[in-house]
Amino acid sequence: MKNNATIIPCYAADTAGVCSALYELGGMTVVHDASGCNSTYATHDEPRWESLQSDIFISALTEIDAIMGNDEKLISDVTAAAADLHPGFITVCGSPMPMMTGVDFDAIASEIERRTGIRTFAMHTNGTRSYLDGASEALLAVTRAFANPAPRDPKGVNILGATPLDLYTNGTAESVRGWMEKQGFSVKCCLAMSDRFEALSHLGEAAVNLVVSACGLPAAEYLREAYGIPYVCGIPVGVRFTVILAEALHKAAASGENAAPCMAHRGEGHIYCIGEPVYAGSLACELGAHLISPVTDDRRFLAPGDSAASSEEEIAEILRNAEHVYADPLYRFILPPEAMLHPLAHFAFSGRCYEHTIPNLICKEISL
Amino acid sequence: MKALHSYEKAPCVRITDANAAGFFPSGLEYNTPARGMWNIVHTGMLLPEAQQIFVCAQGCLRGVILTAAEMNALDRMSWVSVSEQDMFDGTLEQKVIDGTADILRRLGKKPRAVLLFLSCIHLFAGCDFEIILRELSGQFPEIDFVDCYMTPTMRQTVSPAAKLAEQLYFPLRPLPKDPKSVGILGNDRPTDVHSELVQIIRNAGCTLRDLTLCHTYDEYLQMADSALYITYTPVTRSAGEKLTQRIGGRHLHLPASFEVQTILENYRSLCEALGVAVPEFGENIREMHAALDAAHDLIGDREIAIDFTAVSRPFELAKLLAEHGFRVRHIIADAAPEETEAFAWLQVHVPDLMLYAATNVNMLHFHEEPHPPVLAIGQKAAYYFATDHFVNIVMNGGFYGFSGIVSLAGLMEDAFRNPKSRRTVLRHKGWGCESCLG
Repeated sequence: MKNNATIIPCYAADTAGVCSALYELGGMTVVHDASGCNSTYATHDEPRWESLQSDIFISALTEIDAIMGNDEKLISDVTAAAADLHPGFITVCGSPMPMMTGVDFDAIASEIERRTGIRTFAMHTNGTRSYLDGASEALLAVTRAFANPAPRDPKGVNILGATPLDLYTNGTAESVRGWMEKQGFSVKCCLAMSDRFEALSHLGEAAVNLVVSACGLPAAEYLREAYGIPYVCGIPVGVRFTVILAEALHKAAASGENAAPCMAHRGEGHIYCIGEPVYAGSLACELGAHLISPVTDDRRFLAPGDSAASSEEEIAEILRNAEHVYADPLYRFILPPEAMLHPLAHFAFSGRCYEHTIPNLICKEISL
Repeated sequence: MKALHSYEKAPCVRITDANAAGFFPSGLEYNTPARGMWNIVHTGMLLPEAQQIFVCAQGCLRGVILTAAEMNALDRMSWVSVSEQDMFDGTLEQKVIDGTADILRRLGKKPRAVLLFLSCIHLFAGCDFEIILRELSGQFPEIDFVDCYMTPTMRQTVSPAAKLAEQLYFPLRPLPKDPKSVGILGNDRPTDVHSELVQIIRNAGCTLRDLTLCHTYDEYLQMADSALYITYTPVTRSAGEKLTQRIGGRHLHLPASFEVQTILENYRSLCEALGVAVPEFGENIREMHAALDAAHDLIGDREIAIDFTAVSRPFELAKLLAEHGFRVRHIIADAAPEETEAFAWLQVHVPDLMLYAATNVNMLHFHEEPHPPVLAIGQKAAYYFATDHFVNIVMNGGFYGFSGIVSLAGLMEDAFRNPKSRRTVLRHKGWGCESCLG
């Protein structure tokens, strides 16, 4: 696989996934990095940065501290900031330089927790992986730590994997919640948009979990294992797929069986959806299209005929006979001239460039 | 804001309690949503007909690529991502060579130059940049390859901005020196043509060469014929020193100052280097004082906040404004190493002046606190003091000397009279660059 591109961007990285997933939960997240991770995240990966303050910081790692392995600087700086800001929990995560120097984040988190008395998580990010990896680890960590056993509500549901990187801040998460309530469900926790820390304690009350992006799956699997809550993968985009998803949710709640309707239907034509596999896969079901998932090659999200191509050249090759492509506008550079691009800006790809055009497709008719 | 003594790491300090070498202890850092300062991508785009290729981890790539995307310049930006395995399997250099060569073969039109950026992890891994450049130059002899560095971890040794300012002139090859050619190095925008600096050069019959004025690569290469090179911001000084060591010519560092005597000394040095008589600047100085007095008549007792991104010498500016009666109350900066005299003067004459750390975590909610009406000079000051009345410039804004101060006074008057859409302005990444954000 080629790891280069002449013109298209790369997706957000694992560190951004951690920060995005934890943004609204009242914790303090610290990326152990010199400079770039925070400015990149704040500028290009976080649409809430200006409107909703969150304790997301960098350690401002320096050359001498990296060389000397001065972990004490990170620990004492986090401890000092925690004393000033009183976060509900603390998360420390890695970037490329700590990867090079072999920083032991588990030990650092343990020491910070000992000094502050605040629950502290270590994230094993290194800036080289997908945002989905980081968000997955973060959501799993808070689910493990803060979900509690509770009496089951047969109409209870959790939404797992909601971050602006995939759903943006255009009301999509709220529309999913509203749609669930119309289906007769009661949303216990939306992990992790629009609900606060307290909602985590209600995770165990749900009868079923709706996984709306791939980063929600590890938490869903944990809740399945620990609490017996089944999960359904999909997001209610379009009209036909929305009906399929609703049926799957009711069935899962009743039977306790997992389901992945976002992989259930693919077409035969030259129609492609590119993006995060739950969202783009759900869209592919609605349209009878094929899925290209550049952000994860997790086979649990890929139907026969789907692709996890991630390089510019590979994706261009798959699309050489494409007729319709539903993808971020920045994919236009590698489409064949005869293909029609249906622009669906994806914040995890093009950031702010087209953010005001990102549609809320929940329960909306989508046609060629 | 809490009482200062109640913080573990206080985000502000009274100037009388501060040391010019550094005001605040280091700690975790917060990122202000004020995006006007240029980064290395904006600066690299100044080189005409060049392609930037970044080789680094995905997390580092993301910011630089989207910088180019927002500038509508993705066609001049390519990348090679580095995986964890790449760092340890002995293929580090080969992956850079292969990835870069593959990109260049696939580009429709070959660039004249490639700015090839490696990152912190390459330097820590002992990556051999020389071999990479030699191999690529062998494969593409028609292209000038420039070693560039996105190495924020090393920012306290050599900042990425200062290093790029040096490297941007690396393709210049020695040319016969033209005594009537003067180059200005390292700026992100042209120097104001009305400035005394440019007027002295022009009146001496000299051609002014500046990367920001070049439209073609050949025009850029012609910068090598200058007999005199000028720098005037701190991050560009070493660019002048390095270039003249390599291709000859004389370098003058004429710091962009707000002190009359320093400005006059700069002009004397320039005139001496050009072999021309020093003009009389009495009228320029009178105009400067008149402009500041007029601005003060309008602005009156409105509190003034200045930040270090607007001007390279914020303490000299604060002193100048205070001398003209302005109520300078706030400066956002971390140190004043080149302005010790102005700093000492302010300690005596404006003892209640407060200094704020730009990135301290305890500044996170500062913009939400009640502030008296403030006129800000700079984007960070506008953000933190939540004012729409601000002068929107970065890195001196192309202004210089007495005329620059006159212009700045005019911008202060304009900012006082006409509020800006703060959110819209501050979102724009790289002030002065094209932006798709509208």
